[in-house]
Order: sequence, then C-alpha cells, then structure tokens
Amino acid sequence: MTDAVAKAATEEARADAKEGMTYLESVPMRIVTLWLPLGLIMLILLFPFYWMALTSVKPNAQLIDMEKHNPFWVVEPTLDHIKKLLFETNYPTWLWNTMYVAAAATFLSIFASVLAAYAIARLRFRGAQTVGALIFMAYLVPPSILFIPLASVIHFYGLFDSPLALILVYPTILIPFSTWLLMGYFKTIPFELEECALIDGASRWQILTKIIVPLAVPGLISAFIFSFTLCWNEFIYALTLTTSVQNKTVPVAIVSELVDGDVYRWGSLMAGALVGSLPLVVLYAFFVEHYVSAMTGAVKE
Amino acid sequence: MSAVEETRRSATLAEPSLWSRLKSNRNWLAIWFMLPAALFLLLFLAWPLLLGIWLSFTDARLARPGNFIGLENYEWLWDDSIFWLSVFNTLLYTIVASIIKFAVGLYLALLLNRHMPFKAIIRSVVLIPFIVPTVLSAIAFWWIYDSQFSIISWSLRQMGLIQQNINFLGDGNWARASLIFANIWRGVPFVAITLLAGLQTVSPSLYEAATLDGATAWQRFRYVTYPLLTPIIAVVMTFSVLFTFTDFQLIWAMTRGGPVNATHLMATLSYQRGILSGRLGEGAAIATAMIPFLLAAIMISWFGLQRRKWQHGEGND
Repeated sequence: MTDAVAKAATEEARADAKEGMTYLESVPMRIVTLWLPLGLIMLILLFPFYWMALTSVKPNAQLIDMEKHNPFWVVEPTLDHIKKLLFETNYPTWLWNTMYVAAAATFLSIFASVLAAYAIARLRFRGAQTVGALIFMAYLVPPSILFIPLASVIHFYGLFDSPLALILVYPTILIPFSTWLLMGYFKTIPFELEECALIDGASRWQILTKIIVPLAVPGLISAFIFSFTLCWNEFIYALTLTTSVQNKTVPVAIVSELVDGDVYRWGSLMAGALVGSLPLVVLYAFFVEHYVSAMTGAVKE
Repeated sequence: MSAVEETRRSATLAEPSLWSRLKSNRNWLAIWFMLPAALFLLLFLAWPLLLGIWLSFTDARLARPGNFIGLENYEWLWDDSIFWLSVFNTLLYTIVASIIKFAVGLYLALLLNRHMPFKAIIRSVVLIPFIVPTVLSAIAFWWIYDSQFSIISWSLRQMGLIQQNINFLGDGNWARASLIFANIWRGVPFVAITLLAGLQTVSPSLYEAATLDGATAWQRFRYVTYPLLTPIIAVVMTFSVLFTFTDFQLIWAMTRGGPVNATHLMATLSYQRGILSGRLGEGAAIATAMIPFLLAAIMISWFGLQRRKWQHGEGND
C-alpha cells in the first residue's frame, strides 16, 4: 500500500520535473502566450517556401489572373516550369557546378581544418594560442570586403572564370569555422588515449588518423554539413569570379541568367529556387542535430 | 591543467634525449600540420585583405595594375552623395534589422524553450529559412513584393485596407522596409536557435526558486534569464551585426541598389563601382571604409567574452 503510494508520488514528481512549471498555466493562457505567437511566427517563416512551391507548379494563366481563382491555391497544377528549367536552360549544369564546387571545397577545407585543429588543440606548439586567435579573426573577415582584391588576385593567378577559383577561395570561409568547431571536439577526447598510442610507438599521423579522427566523427559530420551548406549559399565570390554561363553556380545563375523581362518568368524562377533549395533541405532533414550543434558550437566556443 | 602539464613534463624529463627530440619535433611537426590551412588563409584571405587596402590608394582597374594616387579615391567618396547615402542605408539597415532580429529571436527562443509537444520538429522547421540559400529565398521575396502580382497587395486589397497595389520595391522607403523585413526573416532563426542553446543551459530550478520567492514572469526573465544569457547574446549579436552590415546577396537579388540608389549598401555600391564599372580602386576604397565599423563590432564581441570569463571564473576557454 505505502509502496504503491510512494511509487505514484515519485512518478508524479518525475512527470512534474519533465514538464517544469507548466502546470501553473491554464489552457487558454497557454494558447494565447504560446501557440498563437508561435503559430504566427512559423507561418511567416514558412510562407515564402509555400509561395515558392505553389508558384512553381502554377500554370501561367493563373499566375497573372488573381481574380478568377484564389491565388493561395492552384487548380490544375503543371510541371511545365520545372520541365522548361531542366530541358531548356543550363540549369542541370549550374546544379552540377554548385554541387561539385561545394563538395570539393568542403573536402579540401575539412582536410586542412582537421590538421590545423589537431595541431592547435594537441601539439601545443609555440604560439598555438596566437594561431588559434588569428584563425578566429579570419572567421570575422567578411567576403564583402575581400571580393575586389580577390578578383585581381585570381586574375593574377590566371584562374579567373573557372570552378577551380571557387574551390580554392571557398575554404577561406570554411577553414576558420570548421577549425574552431573541430578544436572543440578534439579537446573532449581524453589525452590518455593519445599517450598510450605514443608509448606504443605510434607517430602523430597515425594517432590522428587511427584515434582522433574516428572519435571525432560527429564533429566531422557537423563541420561537413555546415560547410557544404555555406558553399551552396555562397554568392558574392561566385558572382565576381565567374562570368561565362557554363561556369556559374545556381544562386548566381538564377539572378543573372533566368531573370529576363518576361511577365511569365516567375514560374521558372520559382521552380529554379525550389530545385536549388531542395538538396540542402533534404540534407538538413537527415542531419538536423549535427547542423544545430555545428551552428551553436561555433558560436559557443 | 598546468599542474598536470608540469607532472607530464617532469615525467618525460627522465629521458632527456627522447624529450629533446620530441620537443624539437613538436614545433617542426606543427608547421607541417598548419601548412594547408595557413596556405589557404594567407593566399586567399590575408593577402587580398592587405591588397584591398593598397588598391584603395590606387587607380587600378580590372586586370590592370594601377598607380599610387594617395587619398584621391577617399576624397572623391567624401564629396559623393551616393556614397553617404549608402553609409546611411547600411547603418539604418544594420541597426533596425539587428534590433528587431534580437527582439523577435529572443522571444522565439523563449517560446521554443517551453514545454510542448513536437518540440524537436518545430525547432528544426524554424531553422529552414537559414538553410535555404539566401539568394533563392530573396527571389521568392522578390515575387512576393512584385509591383503587379504581389500576394500581400492582393490580400490587403481583398480585406479592403488599400485601394492600389503597394509598390514595394519601386519606392525608396518601401524598398528599404521590404529589404529589412526580408533580412529579419532570414536572420531570426539563427538568433533564436543559438539563444535557445544558451537558454537550455539555464537550470529550471532557478526559475522554481524565483517563483517561490514571488517573482513575476518579467522579473524571472530580467533577473534570472537575461544575466545568464548575456555572454551568448554578446557573441550572437556580434555575428548578426557583422553579417547584416556586410550583407550583399539580398539587396543584389532584389533591387540591385535601386530604385535610384535608394537601397545601396556599402557592399553593393562597392560591387557596382569596383566590378561592374571596373574601377577597382574606388570599389576597394568603399570596402576599406567598412573596416572601422567591423572592428567596432569585433570589440563588442571581445568585451562580451571578457565578461563571460569573469562570470565563470578563470581558465575557462
């Protein structure tokens, strides 16, 4: 009898702890202070995507005639815009460029960051603190003040208007960020593991590849996903450093190639924006937790 | 930490030859490990940064080195009303957007921190505007702000609030407001999710104690949440200000600085002068003029981090 009461009491307490102080709130109060504002903010945050998706399947006639049909919905959706985008423009090339540049730049920067982060966090060489601080400073240098001199530097190296220029330039955005993120991860791996390996005669390179990297896989995934997204997003360097149609990335190409004076351009523009965002959203859906930890981790460090 | 280091050092000192080898190796090794990252950052970040400052003192054009002309570019800009308009726009854009982003972001973070069903899903959905490439969502906003077929104008007309379509991007002040709104829309998720991470570290028992002492909801926020959140607010807002100040994508995708230069930010003006007109020197001067503002933002972050050290005691990296 007393056992049952005690058990019920602890269960109640546990439920209580989980819900915090929410029991103090009444239902109408919760609706007004929580669900209503939250719903409104979510609606505003998501509406542009709904609008993007809706426009990309709307027939042209309905796009410009808002009186006959309710513009918030679509009757007889069509795939014409997407078909036009994929078969009558260079969109597949742009998509491929974006993906190829993003993947290559991400691999390069993760490679460089792993080495740099390991050196700063574990080798404790002379000036490691200073180098770490410098890398953090590099994180704070925005592309907007670099693109002009960078254009002349790239000209000087003879890389202008080639995907290789982007692959080499993007790491400057990614390395500072992922080095800081990985330093945080490496610091959580116990020193003792490394010491054991050193005693067993492992070289630093072996320690890095056989012990540190396998243990830091979650951190690597975070850095990878976030870097890939940043590359996909990048606009100003791609705009400055590429000029020919077949070398452009999706964000640049949409703004400069798909935009023309046509009233009917909206359907294919929105389709272009939708198709360009989908890969990232899918990637994000699979790795939400890594993504959030990358974002908050880099800020917290 | 340092004590452990000391014992480790004395342990290795027992074999001087091995220790000296390891020591000499360590710095040497570090150079090799740092090399790839250092190469990238020196060649494509540090060097362009210095080159940009140098270019601002020359009359360089694209693919042609210029001559040193002293402060002439800056003197030009000083008398250029469009440049001052872009400075004004940049400050307006940064200040208004950052304040609203902070207020809405903090509010959203507080909402998301409460106990509710489907919390994880709601949290991940909130972040979507941050994931989608800015240019692509800017294009969607461009369509939403269209002068003829804007869905906002249509809805307001249906409700009988306005008679004529609003010319969102065609009128100077409307264009500024529309761009600021789009920037806030994109920035709020970042602020909210990072602040939420900070909020989750605040122990619920503090709120319970405060409630028992008779604190109101506002007092709980002001005297419990806010002080504990200050360090992360400092960092998040520094980044937010930094990215808003140097914003380029949104403006370029939607207005390209128009109508009649009304929405030019310093970044877009420097692109127009430096790359489109080919006057690298002048563009570089505009970009260089942004650096003092950025330094000010970094200083704020630095003081924020100092405060964090002070709150958590020494030795907290």
